[in-house]
Amino acid sequence: MAVTVSIPTILRTHTGGEKSVEATGKTVSEIIDDVESRHSGLKARLVKEDKLHRFVNVYVNDEDVRFAGGLDAEVADGDTVTILPAVAGGMR
Amino acid sequence: MLQIRRDLVDSIVAHARKDHPDEACGVIAGPEGTDRPERFIPMLNAARSSTFYEFDSLDLLKLYREMDARDEVPVVIYHSHTATEAYPSRTDIKLAQEPDAHYVLVSTRNPETAEFRSYRIVDGVVTEEDVEIVESYMFANTGSDDKPDS
Ligand SMILES: [Zn+2]
Repeated sequence: MAVTVSIPTILRTHTGGEKSVEATGKTVSEIIDDVESRHSGLKARLVKEDKLHRFVNVYVNDEDVRFAGGLDAEVADGDTVTILPAVAGGMR
Repeated sequence: MLQIRRDLVDSIVAHARKDHPDEACGVIAGPEGTDRPERFIPMLNAARSSTFYEFDSLDLLKLYREMDARDEVPVVIYHSHTATEAYPSRTDIKLAQEPDAHYVLVSTRNPETAEFRSYRIVDGVVTEEDVEIVESYMFANTGSDDKPDS
């Protein structure tokens, strides 16, 4: 079994239009590397200097990984990893 | 062009007025592939700021799950400016990550009249578009989809 990774519209150019892809790994970081190995370019949109990009949200099931170890957050078989760009803006 | 029902415009403006002087934000979802805004979903501005807006991250997850389950997409993403014109700021442009959405900006700087404008923001490029306000989509020319809706 593997992990399902849900891909947002703006990143589907990297997955040939697929809304979700399968991946394996024990942490969010490993999942991203595994997806990157087949869909190159995705990682750069999510990770900057070994940290998750401030305006990209990644969830393991219902939890925002920012509060669960970030890229080190653990992932188990059968989990769903959801990537969603933040909806945000402002003057600062 | 953005074609949008008058009651939805009124709902957006009312939300912006209510949250003033903080920026208000939200989505109008619509059936995938129709480009037709239908379901008004006001969101909390987690930043609670007069110069910044951001959907709460768990609210965002819930919103996208719900839209997915209903085969909807965010047709309109709106937010308000409380002291400046209804034009996307540099940060608004940099952070816009829904290439298919109409980005609606409302300005509440004038207490009498609200500015209501719409933009496409794709790869950092802003294009303003016309807004056509209709009473109902039933009588409006919506292209290939000719089924009456509301
Ligand atoms: Zn703004």
